[in-house]
Amino acid sequence: MSNPLVDMQKPDVIFCIGTNMTECHPVAATGLKKAVARGAKLIVADPRRIGLVEMSDLYLPLRVGSDTALLLGMAHVIAREGLIDETFVKNRTTGFDDFFEHISQWTPEWAETITEVPAKDIETAALWYGTANRGAIYYTLGITEHICGVENVQSLCNLALMTGNIGREGTGINPMRGQNNIQGAGDSGALPNNYPGFQAVTDPEYQAKFEAAYGKAVDLEKGITKVTALELCGDSIHAMLIDGENTLLSDPDREHCEHALRALEHLVVIDIFLTETAELADVVLPATAWGETDGICTNTERRVQRLRAAVPPPGDAKPDWWIISQIAQRLGFKGFDYNTPEPVFNELCELSPIYAGLDWERIDKGATDIFNNQWPVPHKAHPGTPRLHEKTFVNGRGIFSNVHYRDPAETISDDFPVWLTTGRRLQSYHTRTQTGRSEGIDYLLPEESLEVNPTDIEEWNLTDGEWCKMSSARGSITIKVKATNRSPRGTVFASFSFADVPVNLLTGSGYDPITHTAELKVCPVRLEPL
Amino acid sequence: MMKHKMEIDGVEVAFSEGETILEIAQRHQKEIPTLCYDPRLEPFGGCRLCIVELEGARNPVASCTTKATPGIVVRTATNTIEAYRKTLLEMVISENREVDVSPLRGYASGELADLRDRYGLSDTRITGATSGTSKTDENPFILRDYELCISCYRCVRVCAEQEGDHAINVMNRGFHTQITTEFDGPLKDSACTFCGQCIQTCPTGALGDKKALRHAESELQIPSTEPNIEKTRTICPYCGVGCSVDILTKNEKIVGIHPAMDGPANQGALCVKGQFAYDFVQHSDRLKTPLVRGKDGELHETTWEEALDRAAEGYRSVHAKHGRHSIYGIASGRAPSEAAYIMQKFIRAGFGTNYIDNCSRA
Repeated sequence: MSNPLVDMQKPDVIFCIGTNMTECHPVAATGLKKAVARGAKLIVADPRRIGLVEMSDLYLPLRVGSDTALLLGMAHVIAREGLIDETFVKNRTTGFDDFFEHISQWTPEWAETITEVPAKDIETAALWYGTANRGAIYYTLGITEHICGVENVQSLCNLALMTGNIGREGTGINPMRGQNNIQGAGDSGALPNNYPGFQAVTDPEYQAKFEAAYGKAVDLEKGITKVTALELCGDSIHAMLIDGENTLLSDPDREHCEHALRALEHLVVIDIFLTETAELADVVLPATAWGETDGICTNTERRVQRLRAAVPPPGDAKPDWWIISQIAQRLGFKGFDYNTPEPVFNELCELSPIYAGLDWERIDKGATDIFNNQWPVPHKAHPGTPRLHEKTFVNGRGIFSNVHYRDPAETISDDFPVWLTTGRRLQSYHTRTQTGRSEGIDYLLPEESLEVNPTDIEEWNLTDGEWCKMSSARGSITIKVKATNRSPRGTVFASFSFADVPVNLLTGSGYDPITHTAELKVCPVRLEPL
Repeated sequence: MMKHKMEIDGVEVAFSEGETILEIAQRHQKEIPTLCYDPRLEPFGGCRLCIVELEGARNPVASCTTKATPGIVVRTATNTIEAYRKTLLEMVISENREVDVSPLRGYASGELADLRDRYGLSDTRITGATSGTSKTDENPFILRDYELCISCYRCVRVCAEQEGDHAINVMNRGFHTQITTEFDGPLKDSACTFCGQCIQTCPTGALGDKKALRHAESELQIPSTEPNIEKTRTICPYCGVGCSVDILTKNEKIVGIHPAMDGPANQGALCVKGQFAYDFVQHSDRLKTPLVRGKDGELHETTWEEALDRAAEGYRSVHAKHGRHSIYGIASGRAPSEAAYIMQKFIRAGFGTNYIDNCSRA
């Protein structure tokens, strides 16, 4: 997030797109609810009539996968109506003239033909956001889990840049991260393109820096993403070390994924349960869980915080960092003789400019009146950075991107005439390795079901509460039908949480070519009564 | 800068426009008793315990709802005020079935008992009818023991003001006041999301953490007024918001979760997962021993030595056969940063490649 969570109460106009915040980030959503109660205008763009829609002032029910078209249409209106923040554009950005020309063709009437959102509503959204004193954008995986995820994000950046809605209180471009330490995992360098602290592996300066630290020269070429690695299993990838991910259920195209992991000569899985993925491993190593592990994590607003052990682990379970260090030591790798997590974190801080002012002791004390511990924290006296881009952008100037709309990897056809979109639900988390083992949750959400519009149920000869067969180009599953107006005509929804309804057998039609994020939000399917 | 001045208990103090007498008094360590006050909510003025003497005013005023104005003179604990408070407290207590409740009921559940003890009151000086009717609700999380309700409306207000859910409201008037849902049904049929905020703000335990109580009684044999519950501050294990929580433990068992009121990301708020989905940690399915695949194709329990040797040997062998670009590491977005850092170091310092990713692309 460019802005801190407390800013969520401060915008005049809030634009939520591709975020089911009341279910996926419920506590963050309380901030938005307060803003709305205070009088802020809320625009919600989502294919489904999610909880946020009920409190919105303007709802843009776009067709799945048409976000770029909607955002181009909004940019067109903002430019046409002269709502450009000229000073901001002149002083802080580059490429506006080309962009201005680019968007002249993408009218809201054109956007309507793609998105199925009435042009007048696209205009209203653009006018509201464009005239806001403080306009804030919030998004989640509904923006990124598309083959055009990068273009979607760039389109949002265009809107913020042309209106100067960034670098100030109550504004910004705010992606909500979905896992407790997914931000920290990236910060720590678990990425194929970056060393810890987002230092590019392709930069010889950083290569030299890490060679000095690790005693080993690392390739100057980017590594491959997990998606590519899974595709290459058995061809060029022959061993994997997977820590705490139920890859089989969480990744798209389960059959392909299982095939890939089985093709490995050597698979080691570190986890707290014998997950579907761990069952395929040659070696399974038991890790300490949350509540048993001391360490550091980073939240969606870049705040670095302390995790503490409250109870001892069961049996012989060990911390992940210890397990991997032990394997490294057995392979004769140098620099893995840690006995506690403290020196591990301090080493990360020393090597990462964004964490340079942090250390274990400071994080252990927690946020104070002076130190907020939101990165970047460039030196010890620095309090942290709640708001990014206040005076300058990391690369100097904000860059306008002349994006084009692209169809999803697969579009509906006679064979697969229905759009399936996937996501999470409030009461279950990911593949339910945790919430599925927490007593009481079943009372609220005992099983998965497919959300279908009541009129569609009738038209497709389905029955509310009965099973149906849902097929995509990759496979079929059976799932119970649930009638709800949350789903628009022609679009259905299911979560990927329940192992007995493996929705990820169906998904996986395509990937964003840059981030390799799977198009989990769009999958044409066919529904048949059982 | 605070530009205004007023007097509290004979001392001149500064304040800012819009501050209430209670806020100013609390800043100066005046221990004004309250029951309906939660600093996160709009002041309500219902319990009247925070009354103070305001010079020039005919009657005592509720300090939580009265905004300070320049030059006012306030006395927070005169004999008269303290006598009023004692009587008010005794009347509140007289309407409740009991005052001493398990601390596991909720974060604030001991507030009424604490005030009774502070004023040295008995539970029985005033006796009479008790108010409130406890509600049977089969939900596994929220106990609705309204015989302990004192109509402070903190639950209703936290649900509306903090959560924005408006799942519960007030039915009837006066002595017959009852907290209820739309159509007086179970919480599951209401707009309730089971975030647990109502049980954590309740000052008497009328709303309680049913799950914590159930486990404490059935499995852990924790006495209902067990005082020695330990708290450990950490961060919720679910989404990326990073809510601060206190894990409640007793005898090395997790018995519940309290939201951290001073958590920088959540300021006391939690959702159903952070509040109630913690017992996976001590579930019997947890892996306790390393496992290695045997010649029979099955996974077998083994020692750390054996498992780590097997893990290392596999990488050594694949490295020798296929080269360093044949080994790939996937770090967890759920484990602490130390795990992710060591994973990337393992791949980079070990094999000299960037064949490393995390689970963010799923």
